[in-house]
Amino acid sequence: MLSYTLRKLLYFIPVVWGVVTAVFILLTVVPGDPARLLMGQRGDPETLARIRADLGLDLPLHRQYIRFIGDLARGDLGTSYRNNEKVSTAIAERFGATLRLAFWAMILASVIGVAAGILSAVKQYSLFDYSAMFIAVAGVSAPVFWVGLLLLLIFAYGLRLLPGVGYGDGSWRYLILPVITLGTRPAALIARLTRSCMLDVMNQDYIRTARSKGLAERTVILKHAFKNALVPVNTIIGTQVAELLSGAVLTETIFAWPGVGRLAVEALVARDFPMIRGTVIFMALLFLATNLLVDLSYGLVDPRIRYD
Amino acid sequence: MNATAKKTGAAALRREAWVRFRRNRLAMAGLFMAISVILAAAFAPVLAPYDPFKQLIWTQGGEVRLAPPSAAHIMGTDLYGRDIFSRILHGARISLQIGIFATIVSLLVGVPLGAAAGYYGGFTDDAISWLINVVFAFPFFLFIIAVVAVFQNPSMSVIYLAIGLVNWVGIARVTRAQFISLREREFVEAARALGLPDRRIIFGHILPNALAPVIVQATMGIGGIIMIEAGLAFLGFGAQPPTPSWGLMISDGQRYLGIGKWWWAVFPGLAITYTVLAFNFLGDGLRDALDARLKR
Repeated sequence: MLSYTLRKLLYFIPVVWGVVTAVFILLTVVPGDPARLLMGQRGDPETLARIRADLGLDLPLHRQYIRFIGDLARGDLGTSYRNNEKVSTAIAERFGATLRLAFWAMILASVIGVAAGILSAVKQYSLFDYSAMFIAVAGVSAPVFWVGLLLLLIFAYGLRLLPGVGYGDGSWRYLILPVITLGTRPAALIARLTRSCMLDVMNQDYIRTARSKGLAERTVILKHAFKNALVPVNTIIGTQVAELLSGAVLTETIFAWPGVGRLAVEALVARDFPMIRGTVIFMALLFLATNLLVDLSYGLVDPRIRYD
Repeated sequence: MNATAKKTGAAALRREAWVRFRRNRLAMAGLFMAISVILAAAFAPVLAPYDPFKQLIWTQGGEVRLAPPSAAHIMGTDLYGRDIFSRILHGARISLQIGIFATIVSLLVGVPLGAAAGYYGGFTDDAISWLINVVFAFPFFLFIIAVVAVFQNPSMSVIYLAIGLVNWVGIARVTRAQFISLREREFVEAARALGLPDRRIIFGHILPNALAPVIVQATMGIGGIIMIEAGLAFLGFGAQPPTPSWGLMISDGQRYLGIGKWWWAVFPGLAITYTVLAFNFLGDGLRDALDARLKR
């Protein structure tokens, strides 16, 4: 177990290095001269030169790269072009809102997805099965921002049951629609996977054995079947957490939710490259870290998986 | 196995797969839905009742500003009196164009890299797998917007190159797995024993046998690409006005949802869902139909 963990961690390092380097190339080298981006056509040569010196852009590329990596290692993601705010501070301030949104979306998606998946499998080819799976396919195919707008149209503007966009000082009433919006896709994916895993498991011999022992159907399904169907379901829940954290970009934009996703979009609109770089790196690292945790958790769910 | 036997064998497998595909109702529904989108795109100028760019308020007055669905405009009109149904038909061209070109870019990058990784193994595999994992770690959507945002005025080709830049990893993974499972098979050993060059073994012998899952993966990816394009346009980083892009239409229409003018934003979303659903059904159906071959 220890060597497996260590090996996973060692494997993590070159991938992190690759991510950071790709971001440096695509978002530092390719965009060209940020001094000009900052000043537009207004900049006179002296001002441009001063900005370049301030940002370290007068250094050769390899020196800039070393500086970039060095800053990153100290947790310094640079300073926003727009308002001189530290990128790391801005992300830290906004991450709470994203985490809150993603957490509840994942709870909702797991509960609904697993419940619908089990019921669909148990009542295969029933009306419930067909409608649940139809909704699941539609849920994967509808664009998330459009689902959000439909929910706003129906529940906020039409029925006036819930408030519209905004954070509402953390009131839970403002949380409901964004959570449903963000949770739809993972709920659909989890429901489909749970159903197919349950169907696989229910055809196994030991389920027949359990039934022929005279166990209650409820026990057979929940204790014998579901426990074994849980391994792949656990995997997809883990990867979905990773996707949700970085995938909240559109949901946060529609609902004016003050999270990291919206921070990134604001930075993109303003062409604030240090902030763009910072949010992309932050989300990529978060994605990698979450996936690493999911990998390591396999052994806890399925003791058959050997760490060799 | 000589050449003719191999050919008839492949034809028989294809026929079997088609029989399985035809029996699958969802797969056939997906096929017809996808064909309907392709036809809408191809014949948009003929099918559309109005010019998608024509602002009817200049000729017909304020009555056609945000007019609700009616016999004259079955999906209503937008703020400028443009017919939404006509714009949706033309929008199919943009979505399909992005879906197809971005998929071609992904195949051109993903198949050779996946093939090389799977066939050669060793250091080549380590290096390519590392690249796949790096790209996979990126928050796809955010990364694509960031790349598009680097360009001041992104053209459509920038957009599908940016999407292809991340979308190839899925295809490379599938191709790699296929090559790993096929490279030790007898027909490959035979080709090697004949002294054929690697290039011919990879493209002439292994690739044709590895294609089925790659096609499935590419088809399933089209829906995702169309959704990404819609999201880009929605945020203002994709197609620019007055292009009848579905995502852009939703973005323009969302401001009028609050005052009950729902049709501008709702119908384009239905069009996206319908199209993505079509390719998802089609991809699922292809996977199930080709499954017998995948398992062998």
